[in-house]
Amino acid sequence: MTSHIETLNLTKRYDGLLALSQVSVRAPSENITAVVGVNGSGKTTLLRLLAGLDEPSEGTILIDARGVTAEELRNYCTMVFQKSIMLGGRVYDNIAYGLRINQVPRRDIAEKVKSALAIVNMDGFEKRKARKLSSGEQQRVAIARALALERAVVLIDEPTANLDPANATIIEQSIKEAARSRIVILTTHNLPQARRLSHRAVHLYQGRVVEEGETASFFANPRDERTKLFINGELQF
Amino acid sequence: MKGLFNALIGIPTVALGLYLYLLLSRSGPLGYFQLLYTPYAIIVGQCVLVTPIIVSFTTSALESVDPEVRTLARTLGASGLQTDAVVLREAFWGVVLAVLAAFNRAFAELGVAMMLGGNIRNVTRVLTTAIALQTAMGEIALSIALSIILLGIVLSLSIIVSLARRPSR
Repeated sequence: MTSHIETLNLTKRYDGLLALSQVSVRAPSENITAVVGVNGSGKTTLLRLLAGLDEPSEGTILIDARGVTAEELRNYCTMVFQKSIMLGGRVYDNIAYGLRINQVPRRDIAEKVKSALAIVNMDGFEKRKARKLSSGEQQRVAIARALALERAVVLIDEPTANLDPANATIIEQSIKEAARSRIVILTTHNLPQARRLSHRAVHLYQGRVVEEGETASFFANPRDERTKLFINGELQF
Repeated sequence: MKGLFNALIGIPTVALGLYLYLLLSRSGPLGYFQLLYTPYAIIVGQCVLVTPIIVSFTTSALESVDPEVRTLARTLGASGLQTDAVVLREAFWGVVLAVLAAFNRAFAELGVAMMLGGNIRNVTRVLTTAIALQTAMGEIALSIALSIILLGIVLSLSIIVSLARRPSR
């Protein structure tokens, strides 16, 4: 079982523009790590690097203290996007897709799909057209799709942005469930949500980590002035 | 490149037929193959005619797929080939429509079939050239019957594709 994922001095530039600078964070298993920060602080960039979607300009990503390439990362991590992306077809096909391409035996796929849908409280939705679901339901399917893969690391980008409270609650419960056996890293600018869900919190500001720590102390006694301002909703960006 | 194929979609079939005729005729650069006035000449001509349609429509269908589908596939562990396959699958009906449009264009055109095939009975006579010939001979009833068959085939295929497409939407 994977015990932790960490980044060492991770830097990412897009066309010369610095998106992340010298980011070193650590996320242990069976924990939820919340990456918080204002828009444009580098949260999604960090997740994309961890997901193996982009190569870092500098720095290393380690899993259990072993440096891994972007290609290897894609075997450890999966990602849920802020805007859920549904493939054409049924809910079942959406969740089964990742299982099929990862050569999960056909006889196991139906069971895994069912289990994943149960986690997001969508039992019996297998035959529904994925693109006809509400945005909240689509996001729950996206989470189920990620969980069905049983990857060690689940990266979740702004999971409940623009969702109604009912769907947001179910998604938060699903994330907690996922973290029982996985490393979960989520980005959010919803501070109450980060406080409710996470064990650890990381504050990114202008591509740099300005504060990191246990969630309780992070919110109760922030050390960095920018974190204090951010928590109070006064940080300019 | 796509702009070029878009422009070629509207090429007059008679003009295309003429250029291909010059290429395939005995004294032309491809005369060695002796394809003129054979079914193969018609096949070559129709392939040239429909290539811009297939390229242009298929490109549009692929471009209409959400680019994030590719990203999603990669996060689910898809290889490069599997990622391409899922994008193609998402564009499936667009590709089907491209093929259908190409088929209809080839099936219903006259210029290329007439100029390259020569409308030889039992060899290169196709529905459109037969209709043209029968009309010229004053056999209007037969022409109308043949045109109904032509229209029936084209419309039937379009209706079948529309019906097949509906449940997946």
